[in-house]
Amino acid sequence: MTPPERTSVEVNAGALPRRAAALLDGGARLALVAAHHDPDALRVVYLFTHPRTDRRTELHVVVDPADPVLPSLAGISFPAGRFEREMHDLYGIVPEGHPLPRRLVRHHHWPRGWYPMRDDAGPPPEFGDPAGPYPFVQVEGPGVYEIPVGPVHAGMIEPGHFRFSVVGESILKLKARLWFVHRGVEKLFQGRLPADAVPLAERVSGDTTVGHTLAFCLAVEEAAGAEVAPGAQRARAILLELERLYNHVTDLGALCNDVGHSILNAQFGRVREQLLRLNAQVTGHRLLRGGVHLGGAVLRTIPDPDVLRSIEADVAEIVALALGHTVVADRFTGTAPLTARAARDLGALGYVARASGLDADARRDHPFTDLRPALTVPTAETGDVLARFQIRAREIGASIAIVNDLTYGTNPGSATYWPPLDPPPAPSGRPASGVGVVEGWRGTIVHRVELAPDGALTRAKIVDPSFFNWPALPLALSGAIVPDFPLVNKSFNLSYAGNDL
Amino acid sequence: MSAAVSAAVSAAGAVGAAAQVVLVAAGAPVLVGLMRQVRARLEGRAGAGFLQPWRDLRKLVRKEAITPDGTGPIFRTAPLVLAGTALVIAAVIPVATTASPLDGAADLFAVAALLALGTVALALAGLDTGTAFGGMGASREMTVMALVEPTILVSIFALSVPVGSTNLGAIVTSTLHEPQRVASPASVLAAVALAVVAIAETGRIPVDNPSTHLELTMIHEAMVLEYAGPDLALVEWASAMRLTILLGLVANLFAPWGIAGASPAMLPVALIAFAAKVAVLGGALAAGEVFMAKLRMFRVPELLAGSFVLALLAVAASYFLVAP
Repeated sequence: MTPPERTSVEVNAGALPRRAAALLDGGARLALVAAHHDPDALRVVYLFTHPRTDRRTELHVVVDPADPVLPSLAGISFPAGRFEREMHDLYGIVPEGHPLPRRLVRHHHWPRGWYPMRDDAGPPPEFGDPAGPYPFVQVEGPGVYEIPVGPVHAGMIEPGHFRFSVVGESILKLKARLWFVHRGVEKLFQGRLPADAVPLAERVSGDTTVGHTLAFCLAVEEAAGAEVAPGAQRARAILLELERLYNHVTDLGALCNDVGHSILNAQFGRVREQLLRLNAQVTGHRLLRGGVHLGGAVLRTIPDPDVLRSIEADVAEIVALALGHTVVADRFTGTAPLTARAARDLGALGYVARASGLDADARRDHPFTDLRPALTVPTAETGDVLARFQIRAREIGASIAIVNDLTYGTNPGSATYWPPLDPPPAPSGRPASGVGVVEGWRGTIVHRVELAPDGALTRAKIVDPSFFNWPALPLALSGAIVPDFPLVNKSFNLSYAGNDL
Repeated sequence: MSAAVSAAVSAAGAVGAAAQVVLVAAGAPVLVGLMRQVRARLEGRAGAGFLQPWRDLRKLVRKEAITPDGTGPIFRTAPLVLAGTALVIAAVIPVATTASPLDGAADLFAVAALLALGTVALALAGLDTGTAFGGMGASREMTVMALVEPTILVSIFALSVPVGSTNLGAIVTSTLHEPQRVASPASVLAAVALAVVAIAETGRIPVDNPSTHLELTMIHEAMVLEYAGPDLALVEWASAMRLTILLGLVANLFAPWGIAGASPAMLPVALIAFAAKVAVLGGALAAGEVFMAKLRMFRVPELLAGSFVLALLAVAASYFLVAP
């Protein structure tokens, strides 16, 4: 694989909207926006990825720290508006002309004027009283009432507050308020050597260990100019698919459980346990920690193709039982459809996008190893819970095909090319940077890192697909009924921790 | 009948009534445990054992009693009303004996009203908490109840037509004397209707899911979310008793064999027969649940309306399809 082409262009703030619009019109996707606090200035990097050519284009905009104002891109890209709000909360960079310049990451008890990601932020000050109430849009009319749920839930799930405006049981509007789990992960990366930051990347989102670690390693390797052997890349691809498998199987079971069909959940749970034990054999850890490392990967054993094929048959049988059950099929069909247009406008990723008919998959569009011909990208049209269920069921078969294709001729053992054999590239005036794009099981994960001359990380920006997909959930739910919310939520299964770093 | 015989009969009836209250009170959590155990085994899990509900109740009773701020006497008395009505029903309906001294109260309408009283008390308690979940649960429970209560009344009424009395004891005694009546169209239709509403009234799948932790899908659990400690224990215990009573009613209306009349000697047999019947019904219900999913909330009225139609047909059949 030749490394993907990445170009960086310095633009001034005034030219930014025009350049960004040209890139977006050319079919590029805004994959990541990261602010940086350089010694003398604030700098914002807009990373655009082109799905057809795998070209990556960066726009660098330098902002005066005394008057940090940027023209907002929210008018031409919805995700850009969310990135800008995040940037405003963490760096204090003001998006000028933003239609909804409200707080996103920092809740109202965070002190005003304190921006935690700035270099001179210092330790967090005391949290004060909430600076004003959080304004939920009030829906008014006869019989309209509000149901507040969370952030503490009856089940073992992550914290999120959901405010339903309902008439009877029909949802008129849903507001999801997240960002209860801000841990300052990106700040923790800063100053570490990349090898010391790998355990951190493994813990960005507990169920996406391989996805985030791999994206981080790819970014660091690109920044350091390290080439990873094709065999090691294939080993990484195996681990990535194993992660997809166990998560998809878990969620198919959870979806059945949410419609009260617990025996299907028990059966999916049985298959999940087989997969977790397989994970433990392959990496020594049930959640695949320690499998991917800088410059390579470790495989203790190679997954047995026959075992995987029997798992595939098992899953196919349980899926057929689920969809053949009239009540289960009735609960799934037509529930909370997300239109293709809405998915495209919001920049939805992963199985959520594919279930709504968007043919996007970073394994094909931004490959780190060539998976053809085993790779297939299933898509559906309806965008409802059933489509999301079916897409994930089909991806299980596709993943097993990929793993079985990759394991042919792969040997167990550790392969590593770290530290890089070649000396790092000569300083070019700009800090060494790298980008990693990986199709995790939830969707496309993007990491971008910058390294100091001594090799330490000066900035790591993480974008989990949940950041793009969360706004799709309330949209899909309008018109649905309240008791269907848990089912719909599970069919998206977005990460709270990956969203709120 | 001489006065002495009559006194002996009523004494036997009193013993029988006491025995059936004790059986229902002690056995109801075991029934719930049994149903959970059946489900667990069918799903390939070990299960917690059929005594687990009793252990849970013991744990809850030992906890401190707390009530949410702003709740009033309705919230505090609802568990007592719920448990009280369940115990009264357990005493009057023909569980083990048809000769209960409270037999006069074992009227079809009185029993249906007592069941409704417990439900309404809990729904009011749910509203009293002032939380969104309490109100949501109460609203859903009332929707279900509005569809369930008429069906219970109409289907038992269908059974009462050939007997000429709405007294449950009289219906059961009459069925004992004329067992062929169980297979009559009216009886079969009423049995199906009653079974469906018993499932709905007790909050089982496909209407409600008693084991869910998803607040937004709950019906019964949403109303009782604010209860804790001994109050919760009372609610759980009473709910188990209501399940036992409804299953027992279905069992004894359509298969009354083994029930004791006025004879005290038959009482142990009757108690064992009742326990066995309810265990079989409960086990069958749990086994059926394993293969079922929960209906979409808006499909529940369709199911209940269907059962009401069956009950109406049962009444019609009991008038028009009378055996010559």
